[in-house]
Amino acid sequence: MSAEKIMILGVNHKTAPVEIRERLAFSNDPGTPYREIAVIPGCEEFCFLSTCNRVEVMFVSSTPAETERKIRDFLFNQSMSYDEAGKYVYLHQGEAAIEHLFRVGASLDSMIVGEPQILGQLKQAYRDATEQNCTGMILNRLLHKAFSVAKRIRTETGIGSSAVSISYAAVELAKKIFGNLKNKRAMLVGAGEMAELAAQHLMNQGVAEVVVANRTFERAVNLARCFNGKAVSLQELIPQLGQVDIMISSTGSPEIILHSSDVKPLMRQRRNRPLFLIDIAVPRDLDPKLNDLDNVYLYGIDDLNSVVDINKAERDKEAVRAGRIVTEETLKFMLWLGSMEVTPTIVAIREKADAIRKAELDKTLSGMAHLSDREKQAIEKMSSAMMNKILHHPIVYLKKEDTHKDKKVKLAMVRKFFNLDPDNSE
Amino acid sequence: MSYILFQVTLLAYILATAAYMVYFWTQRNDIRTAARGIMIASGLLHTLYIIVRYFEAGHTPLTNHHETISFFAWSVTWGYLSFHWRYNVRNFGSFVSPVVTILMLIATFSSREIIPLPPALKSAWLPVHASIAIMANGFLALAFCGGIMYLLQERELKKKRFGLFYTRLPSLDALDNLNNHCLAVGFPLLTLGIITGSIWAKQAWGTYWQWDPKETWSLITWLLYAGLLHQRFTVGWRGRRAAIMTIIGFLAAMFTLWGVTYLLGGAHSYVG
Repeated sequence: MSAEKIMILGVNHKTAPVEIRERLAFSNDPGTPYREIAVIPGCEEFCFLSTCNRVEVMFVSSTPAETERKIRDFLFNQSMSYDEAGKYVYLHQGEAAIEHLFRVGASLDSMIVGEPQILGQLKQAYRDATEQNCTGMILNRLLHKAFSVAKRIRTETGIGSSAVSISYAAVELAKKIFGNLKNKRAMLVGAGEMAELAAQHLMNQGVAEVVVANRTFERAVNLARCFNGKAVSLQELIPQLGQVDIMISSTGSPEIILHSSDVKPLMRQRRNRPLFLIDIAVPRDLDPKLNDLDNVYLYGIDDLNSVVDINKAERDKEAVRAGRIVTEETLKFMLWLGSMEVTPTIVAIREKADAIRKAELDKTLSGMAHLSDREKQAIEKMSSAMMNKILHHPIVYLKKEDTHKDKKVKLAMVRKFFNLDPDNSE
Repeated sequence: MSYILFQVTLLAYILATAAYMVYFWTQRNDIRTAARGIMIASGLLHTLYIIVRYFEAGHTPLTNHHETISFFAWSVTWGYLSFHWRYNVRNFGSFVSPVVTILMLIATFSSREIIPLPPALKSAWLPVHASIAIMANGFLALAFCGGIMYLLQERELKKKRFGLFYTRLPSLDALDNLNNHCLAVGFPLLTLGIITGSIWAKQAWGTYWQWDPKETWSLITWLLYAGLLHQRFTVGWRGRRAAIMTIIGFLAAMFTLWGVTYLLGGAHSYVG
């Protein structure tokens, strides 16, 4: 089957600003894309991935160009023309699409390279797509392959160690400010995987206490239990700041929750002990002007990334290794796609049967030294004839002209019968 | 004899500085060990030079500009080495050793002639007052280096542009502590220097305080540091502000040492 049928259309943090990405997220009705894309003519299989940094549709179509056009129109909801939308999207086809998906799954395309969430999000997207019966043989295998490639990269390269990069960077900075983190207190405001990871990391570095503040007190209490800390309500935020040294903020608040003018009087009360503020919320929680205060250090997510960049050479090396794995796995997948044609399948069946026949023949004949050469030839001839007769009908069945869809199903079934793809996990 | 010894000491300091610079760039531990070794050797040579000079002159070698600056450099070196033994401040040596070398170069180009002691200086207070006052300057110089390091590190942390210093310099907390410790030694010495000077003045000139420019400026220096320490203990001044104050204080101390002698004159002028 032709790889050119596989396509990925998407936007990510590199190609589109957040305002554009938000518009494509379908957060009010996550079911919309499944209903709308499924009815697009030519679209045989698809999967829809939406995270805060990317929206991607991967699909298989017999008429890729037209299907792509319809999907793009649907995504942008006709709010901008096809060409205008082209400024923000990327489109990969065939081998490039496979490679892209592998890179996404392995978190090589993430804003924070190596961050672990993306794999879970991709798995969830796949699960949703299968529940809606949107995927088929190609995407099933492609996505499963993407998961195993991601796992392989995680175990074989150090890309995962920079995974915790943000929280690692936060700890690194805290150490540059405070020297020693013992006897320091950290406060976690809001929730979120990244913020919790950072808090966990600080805990491991010996931070004396973690205070958790949340809009819903109950959530704060639950979270505080994870860190053996105490919970406070969001109203106590400012008085609490008098006592903590590190604050990690990641609330969903659309407004700034802490202003420069709130902290200024606090610094005197704190006797100017340094205050390290980390803002990983989008939109931001903390007033950028806070960084201008003496002994206050405010870091946003981009700033933390630049800390991570210091170890970039090391990470680049890992990324190159990861890239090699992606290339290798892409080639393997391309080979598998190629095998989905009739002829290679027939060759594979014959080769497999012939290998069995030869092995059994050798085993039998080695214990029958008394046979003459003529007798041996006769036995060999018989085994070949048997093999050909057994394979005759399956091969005729394979060669029979069929519709496109039936052929795919037929090939998949026959290949499974003869176990031609032993690593096929489905 | 003493001439050659001084040149050798200077050469050793230059070598130590070069080694510290290479270490700063490469961060290789073997180079740091070498740099530290050369620095200790330089300090020992320097001590030997001062002793030899003492016997050559027949009095404490703290009377002319060359001797004073050389002793100043000696105080910085040993102050640094003594801190080294107690606190480990990364790359402090790379900042201190150039200061020492600059002081030594200034001493090299000053007249090394041994002049007979003027009658006013013939007193047991000479070694006490002069050495304490200069040692105070030595620790203030260390605090100054710490202040510069603090400002460099804090600048990178605030601007979020991580260049040469971020990975190499210690934490802000460590630098602030260093500042505090240097002042904790330097300030009492400075106070003591002023007190001994004033007692000596009573003996030599008959009055404790005569508002001679050197006295006035040492008082200004003292007030600057006293103000900084006061603020630190009461409202917790620290960090950038303390670092800037330390630098200003040190500039005032240097003005007391040089500026007063060359620009303002006064009763202390014979020193230098």
